[in-house]
Amino acid sequence: MAVESASELKRKDVVGIASLQPGEIQLILDTAEELLEVARRPIKKVPVLRGATVVNLFMEPSTRTRFSFEMAEKRLSADTLNFSASTSSVSKGETLVDTARNLMAMAPDYIVIRHPNVGAPHRLAEVVPASIINAGDGINEHPTQALLDAFTMRQHFGRLEGLNVVIAGDIRHSRVARSNAFLLNKMGAKLRFAAPASLLPAGVEELGATTFLRLEPALEGADVVMMLRIQRERQAAVNFPSAREYYDFFALTEERLALAAPHAVVMHPGPMNRGVEIDSQVADGERSLILDQVTNGVAVRMAILYLLAGGRGAATADS
Amino acid sequence: MADKRAARARRIQIMDAGEIERTIARMASEIVESNGSDLLLVGIHTRGIPLARRLAERISVLTGAEVPVGRLDITLYRDDVGPWRPAHQQPLLKETVLPVPINDLVVFLVDDVLFTGRTIRAALGSLVDYGRPRAVRLAVLVDRGHRELPIAADVVGKVLQTTSTEDVQVHLAEVDGDDGVWVGKEAGHGG
Repeated sequence: MAVESASELKRKDVVGIASLQPGEIQLILDTAEELLEVARRPIKKVPVLRGATVVNLFMEPSTRTRFSFEMAEKRLSADTLNFSASTSSVSKGETLVDTARNLMAMAPDYIVIRHPNVGAPHRLAEVVPASIINAGDGINEHPTQALLDAFTMRQHFGRLEGLNVVIAGDIRHSRVARSNAFLLNKMGAKLRFAAPASLLPAGVEELGATTFLRLEPALEGADVVMMLRIQRERQAAVNFPSAREYYDFFALTEERLALAAPHAVVMHPGPMNRGVEIDSQVADGERSLILDQVTNGVAVRMAILYLLAGGRGAATADS
Repeated sequence: MADKRAARARRIQIMDAGEIERTIARMASEIVESNGSDLLLVGIHTRGIPLARRLAERISVLTGAEVPVGRLDITLYRDDVGPWRPAHQQPLLKETVLPVPINDLVVFLVDDVLFTGRTIRAALGSLVDYGRPRAVRLAVLVDRGHRELPIAADVVGKVLQTTSTEDVQVHLAEVDGDDGVWVGKEAGHGG
């Protein structure tokens, strides 16, 4: 392994990949490796976070990330409280910081937050003593997704260094793409973006990827092909003519996948739009790691929860 | 550094490689005599693992049957890990591998030093999450006393009279490059 594992996560929060050291990323992945075993036991639970309270504060819709966090918390024996935008007083106009302060009156040890605004977890990390874990903030970062993606790649290939990774689709609105870009660059993988120009973010060069405006040339020799969801609810009308046309140019089909390395694997952070960005044969095919990603997500989130238990009293967020 | 060298000078060797070998042979025959078949040896990280392997080899010579060997990381069950010792370092997790289902087996936990008993309590807590053994027993190379919990070993290599601040060091070649047991004046090491 090219990057040596750190001996600890010396921080209170995990708000983004941008602020993690390569050694810390390695430590999270190594720890997740051992925690994966918990899911294979007859009793899928360990007592290490007994007595800890985790608040899952989800201000944006989420199914798999919320379930994955909740399962991770429960497997470590933490108590969990779930707040979602529709059921909380946020819908009555309370600010994020006020919500958080009220939650702190119940003394949670962790707050897992998903929020539509960029930087919300960072702000929260500054004002509350609980450990903050970012479960997605606007179009900024989704660090646990990038970590589980990296874990899945490492599990399959035994390394991250030197892997050719293609991320294709709606890069512009994707916090998954951003977090993956930060992580893969730090760990020495080679990153390519493939997207129509309208779905590339401003300043894409800063993300350290080679950019392609068509999928085919990006796929050549790729080890990993990660397809992103077309966020139809917001984007379809504006950024490309139709889902049908998007499919014709950018969907991952068997024929297109054949352009990648013969051993290439397919990933998708979900939820998938079958027949838009990915064909069913590919999504359900032998080379798909999509369900491994879901399994691994729980172990990676357990690792972060476990390691942060040692970091209380450490400096906040990005320091 | 100078302190460390001085401490090493003050340590006394209790067992050498030959004595460790003879002791393991005796422990193996005690395990066979009292328990017979359906055995699983489970070494506790770190030095319990090579110890369990050596015992298993001896046992299979005595009985002619292979004895499965597992390894157990007790970190997630420790009573000093978790929420919330302020700003401490979380111990690194190691691998737990139980090669066969443990239900209805006689499971021998194996460790190098028995001290406070807290490691063994954690190991017992972990083991029941994997199934329901017929019996769980404990084999240790050195019992140095000073228990803080009601735990006792079934098979003991050597009983050592120590003070609670003394340091008992077990070396096994697989981990340390050589075999031996020493007692020094430093606190720490061994659970």
